[in-house]
Amino acid sequence: MAFQHSQASHCESGVMASMMRHHGLPLSEPMAFGLASALSFAYLPIVKINGLPLVGYRMPPKFIIKGLQKPLGLKMRFETFRQPAAGVARLNELLDAGQVVGLQTSVFWLPYLPEDLRFHFNAHNVLAFGRDRVSGDYLLSDPVAESAVSCAPADLQRARFAKGVLAPKGLLYYPVGQPQTPDWQKVLPAAIKKTTRIMLDAPLPIIGVRGIRRLAKAIERLDTKNDAARTKLFIGQVVRMQEEIGTGGGGFRFIYASFLQEAADLLARPALNELAENLIDIGDEWREFALLTARQIRDRDPLAPALLADKLRLIAEREHGFFHALRRAA
Amino acid sequence: MLDSEVPQEGNSTLAGHKKALYARGGDGKMHLVQSAGWEVEEIVTRQAVDDLLRLTEDARRRVEAGQTSALEYHMHRVRMDVPLLAQASGIWQWRIRRHFRPAVFARLSPALLGRYAEAMGLTVDQLQKAE
Repeated sequence: MAFQHSQASHCESGVMASMMRHHGLPLSEPMAFGLASALSFAYLPIVKINGLPLVGYRMPPKFIIKGLQKPLGLKMRFETFRQPAAGVARLNELLDAGQVVGLQTSVFWLPYLPEDLRFHFNAHNVLAFGRDRVSGDYLLSDPVAESAVSCAPADLQRARFAKGVLAPKGLLYYPVGQPQTPDWQKVLPAAIKKTTRIMLDAPLPIIGVRGIRRLAKAIERLDTKNDAARTKLFIGQVVRMQEEIGTGGGGFRFIYASFLQEAADLLARPALNELAENLIDIGDEWREFALLTARQIRDRDPLAPALLADKLRLIAEREHGFFHALRRAA
Repeated sequence: MLDSEVPQEGNSTLAGHKKALYARGGDGKMHLVQSAGWEVEEIVTRQAVDDLLRLTEDARRRVEAGQTSALEYHMHRVRMDVPLLAQASGIWQWRIRRHFRPAVFARLSPALLGRYAEAMGLTVDQLQKAE
């Protein structure tokens, strides 16, 4: 079957939705995201990216790929390689056999992406679905790109074997066996409950709703007098991790809202539709937070971390209420 | 976010690419909408890029003044920092910092230069000049 590219909002859910569709199971991107319970929040002050803490709005990389195995009744095979040559050979072998292969890459080394977005971020997912007979270039389906792209072998090899935080080590993955249409009555409530547990009951105060409050505290403590430049980089980073390529907007909240709407139809539970509305509003609050931050970075508003912290606390309050209501509805 | 509210103001850091976002349609259902870009994203991306350019330019000036080696300039130019370059090249951080001294860098063995060049995707020739 010829492979069909489709654009998505987030790389990992996009790759998995495309891969499942290719294997005969119609699955939307939000369903892949929601079914794997990928929505989250994490503020990790210890993990530094360019000297600034990592803020995540979803679960860590590979969570969606792994999380879909159980509900869809299939096994994903993961392979990493010590030698780049072995990784290249294995990819070629799989492509020759007609397999569609998921790859973990570093955006910095992918030349088809816009220059300004190419940072050393190592957890970008793309699908390889063939090679150009003449040039030998790989045909890639990058979920954040509008159409399929091609990439020279040397560039792809660099992207797959980049070093640093979350180094891909040439990771490739593909399904073994056929994905099955799940028993929605069973898998959807389980997936939703898992998300509410992550957001409300995480044992660490840096995960879930408590993580949002912790981040608010950290922002409040930033120095506006002596180190305004660093403060601006810090708050800019919080928004960048919300918006950067492969993530997209208060985006993860909107993806999850879309998932809840699908779940409402599949389970015939209109209550989930109302919750989706609620979550869309929360996504808009995240967008407003991003807007306020950008205005302060550009000095259109005075730099006032306390204001941003207040906004985050308000969001935390709303997410707290939302996930409790979601728990009851599931 | 309504689908009519999806930002279309353009974002120069996307270089003409369009992103896809989920937004609420007139029927209340979420669906995928292409966005030409949001100024907020442009501001925060530009901020990070500008900071990297500032470090690069600063290193270039110090190379000219003989205060650092071309290695530091190239490290910033390919958007790395010392910990990342250490991981990519397999050379310890303190050694890398030592190689920022122009006199030390000038005497580096071809093998070490080759490892740096490989890690940053450059040729040895490019690595030795700050341009």
